[in-house]
Amino acid sequence: MITRRLDNYGKINRDKILSFRWDKKIYKGFEGDTLASALLANNIGIVGRSFKYHRPRGIFSSGVEESGGLVTIGSKDRRDPNVRATTQELYNGLEASGQNAFPNVNFDLAGINNFLGRFFAAGFYYKTFMGIPPFEWGKGTAIWMFFEKFIRKAAGMGSASGLPDPDSYEHAHDFCDLMVVGSGPSGVAAAIEAAEKKLDVILVEQDSLIGGDQLAENNFDNSQIKKQLENLGIKIMTRTTAFGLYDNCVVGLLERVTDHIAAPDVNIPRQRFWTIRAKHIIVGAGAIERHIAFNNNDIPGVMTVNASKHYLNRYGVLTGKKIVIATNNDSVYETAQQLSEAGANVTVIDSRTNFKIETNKNYEIRKGYVPYNINGSKKINSLDISKSENINKSETINCDQVLLSGGWSPAVHLLSHRGVRPKWDYHNACFLPSDTKENITMIGSSRGLWNKNDCIASGIAGTTDALNRLGISKTNYFFPKPGGWKNPIQPLYEVKYKKSRSKSFVDYQHDVTSDDVRLAHREGFISVEHLKRYTTLGMANDQGKMGNIIGLSLMAELLNKEIPEVGTTVFRPPYTPVSIGALSGRNVGKHFRPLRVTPMHQWHIDHGAKMIEVGLYQRPWYYPKENETLSDSYIREATTVRKTVGICDVTSLGKISIQGPDSNEFLNRIYSNGFSKLQVGKARYGIMLRDDGIVMDDGTSWRLAENEYFMTTSTGEAAKVMSWLEELLQTRWTDLKVNVTSVSEQWAGVSVAGPKSREVLNNCVDDSLVITNNNLPFMGIASTFLKGNIPCRIARISFSGELAFEVYVKSDFANTMMDLLWKNTKKYNGCLYGLEALGALRVEKGHVTAAELDGRVTIDDAGLSKMASMKKSYIGSAMRKRGVLKNNDREILVGFFPTNLKETFNAGTIVCEKNNIKGQGIGRITSVTYSPELRHWIGLGFVKGGLDKWKDTTLVGADPVRNKQMNLRVVSPHMIDPKGERMYA
Amino acid sequence: MIRINCPYCGERDHSEFSYGGDATINYPSLDASEKEWTEAIFFRKNIKGFQFETWHHSNGCRMWLVVERSTVTHEIKSVKPCHPDLQKVVENNK
Repeated sequence: MITRRLDNYGKINRDKILSFRWDKKIYKGFEGDTLASALLANNIGIVGRSFKYHRPRGIFSSGVEESGGLVTIGSKDRRDPNVRATTQELYNGLEASGQNAFPNVNFDLAGINNFLGRFFAAGFYYKTFMGIPPFEWGKGTAIWMFFEKFIRKAAGMGSASGLPDPDSYEHAHDFCDLMVVGSGPSGVAAAIEAAEKKLDVILVEQDSLIGGDQLAENNFDNSQIKKQLENLGIKIMTRTTAFGLYDNCVVGLLERVTDHIAAPDVNIPRQRFWTIRAKHIIVGAGAIERHIAFNNNDIPGVMTVNASKHYLNRYGVLTGKKIVIATNNDSVYETAQQLSEAGANVTVIDSRTNFKIETNKNYEIRKGYVPYNINGSKKINSLDISKSENINKSETINCDQVLLSGGWSPAVHLLSHRGVRPKWDYHNACFLPSDTKENITMIGSSRGLWNKNDCIASGIAGTTDALNRLGISKTNYFFPKPGGWKNPIQPLYEVKYKKSRSKSFVDYQHDVTSDDVRLAHREGFISVEHLKRYTTLGMANDQGKMGNIIGLSLMAELLNKEIPEVGTTVFRPPYTPVSIGALSGRNVGKHFRPLRVTPMHQWHIDHGAKMIEVGLYQRPWYYPKENETLSDSYIREATTVRKTVGICDVTSLGKISIQGPDSNEFLNRIYSNGFSKLQVGKARYGIMLRDDGIVMDDGTSWRLAENEYFMTTSTGEAAKVMSWLEELLQTRWTDLKVNVTSVSEQWAGVSVAGPKSREVLNNCVDDSLVITNNNLPFMGIASTFLKGNIPCRIARISFSGELAFEVYVKSDFANTMMDLLWKNTKKYNGCLYGLEALGALRVEKGHVTAAELDGRVTIDDAGLSKMASMKKSYIGSAMRKRGVLKNNDREILVGFFPTNLKETFNAGTIVCEKNNIKGQGIGRITSVTYSPELRHWIGLGFVKGGLDKWKDTTLVGADPVRNKQMNLRVVSPHMIDPKGERMYA
Repeated sequence: MIRINCPYCGERDHSEFSYGGDATINYPSLDASEKEWTEAIFFRKNIKGFQFETWHHSNGCRMWLVVERSTVTHEIKSVKPCHPDLQKVVENNK
């Protein structure tokens, strides 16, 4: 192929010269070039090596369907692999390189794969998995494990940088009445018609310029159109691809904001991911020209006919000197004319024998001929042609370029995303979009219209359809009939090579040949879906835009069926690749998910807390003194709580205000234990079950007044419990007069725990009489004031097992409360304690948390049978008695000690019987801690049969992940102060 | 993306809502038998076509809604509050 830039062709800006680097050499191009057009202008034919066979590949197209010109753009952390050279706009300083080749695309050592082709045929991976005969020397998996790294290295495309993406991306949203996809003649007509009818219109175009296929026209100028669209208030989005259609007219767009700019402003995102909610969508996405499968149809210099027209008229690049155009339809003759006028020597071979074309005849037309074989390897030397009725080499034409047009495939992809299967049109040899009830209308050549006037008419009809469906108008309209060529197309998908071992490519990008399709058929993979997966046809990043129909036609021929009987593959989003960065937008790093902090967050940090994420919350983990480690710190904190006093932020607990005359009845129904007799001024610990009898959550509810309660939930289940209460009140018990409101953010809570906790509080409350043992007994509550006239709620609740109080103030007073409590805690040599010490204290006490209540545990499993009322019915009361939950081999909550008290263990350890260490064992350890009180490691967990069954037996803790094993003793989960004398003190 | 026309907030993305479940279940009374409860919570129809289902506008007005949605096409025919009294209010305000 000899390509060159012509002086008086193209719409590029020749005043602006851009220099770019291709495989380490510097070349020049012009503003308005794509990388592909600039490479062609510099007569660079080979731009990559193919996926499996490492055959030299050139540029096949001028658009998104490109399956040969895939290159790597940029370097270091901005290296972007598998970019289509045909859509990458040129900018000054662009760096690009060929892929899948070593040392370079012109001389690739792995090119030897081309001669090992039969080892890389379809199904190669699958067969390798099964094993290579003779099967004795290894199972398939082992062979695969051995060869995988070599195969992966040999087959593939570009590689990712492996570095964090330095660019920023953005998510954006918009609404409109009408979304028009594609700015070709039909899309523009539709948009104008709609805007004139006062619809709010967005027009998207994946190209940098509006115009669609008109950009390949000799004298097309889009400035008038652009002005008209803008004057009508149409929002035009160029460099934006509608990559997917979703339910209810939601469109996903990818806007490439800076991919064409040499040095973009760092404050501008590289790409924007748009979600557009439209009322109606009109798709004028155009059609894609197909190639023809014949031997060596991938040699650099092969291109689609229309691409060559684009390069000539848009970029001023003549893609060959001596060009053969092979076709089966009328669409090529205008191009043939223009190429010959531009100075190329053009021969058209047309598979049809009987047709009429009006032309100036300055090129040769050979009727009844098809392409048979290309001679050459890195470039085309000549083309063997054959008579179409009797396939065999009949003569050879010297040429440097072969342009192909095997027909056109309407881009029905977006409609296919909605599950609408296209229908086969025999007359035009293509799939046409089917009708849909959804508000989507297909127009232009994406509904199979081949001439411009029909396309424009269809655009106007499309908008009328939209207006009718939106109920704005009731106007009759009709769409032009599909087609529009003077002579009918003659189906031509493959020209069979007579010799064995042909390389006749169906899918260029995945190196799928027509022999591969035949192999799949021989081996029984005849369904379209099997064919696709077995051969990987259409599974590369072009998603078979050019080759799918050829593959289908080959299978149809083998099965002696028609194409529609074989089926169609369903296109799924995205239409063209979407970068992961755009999908994640700004939700990366710290912003990956929301962060919740309690109102005393900064207070904790100022007082030396190390924080930890619990769910979305940041909570104090531990408060190290000087050089303390985590374990030094939490052991000191827990010891201090047991000895004197400690304070701990419990604000993250869910808090719900429950009000209304039926509140008591409501709580009595949702908690498993009785609430009907709970007096005003008292709190009660309660357990909620799900409908199916499994524990949902636990917490406390405080009766503040006759008809008002304050409920706390666990941190993790707060949102779920809130939704559950709302569901019950709005859907099931609609007669109950109860109102629930989340007040989690409104209250800040602190636990003051330890034998000296009452003394600390005495110094903090206005009236210390309120909190005496008589006035505030265990589970008593008080609404009172902290010093400084701060209203607060105090409940005598203990999670640690010590004498303890939970104090709540309005969030605004959180820091004042912390200062007050901390000042007085210090007087008793108390401490601040974090989540780690809180965990140690509760494990010692055998209190369950989310680690234990994991959605599989019943109230009996958790050893809380006493909490299940026998006197009333409640949510889950019927189902907790079902057989499977009453089996006596259920795992029951127990405590674990290592037999050798010096040993440690971890949560996640599997509990097994001695000499039977396998599978899931007979239990599991869910929480562990060092017990400052007992001075050794302890654990909580579950074992089948519980304490009674195993109290005298040594069990084994197996921890295969950490490669540990230890002997265990099963003990009561209440490992210290089982009678609870301390909390009642 | 499904768009749900909340009677309180207007048409919103389904990502604002949480799916509940079958809206036609008549939950038995709390003292009903295990068998009745088993029927209600485990034996569910797998409808192809329109079904009534509950959605919670959890990132919006917090109302539980009955949505009549096609499981085939995601087409939504109607959206009402779950609570019968609120249904009446919404109906009267139309």
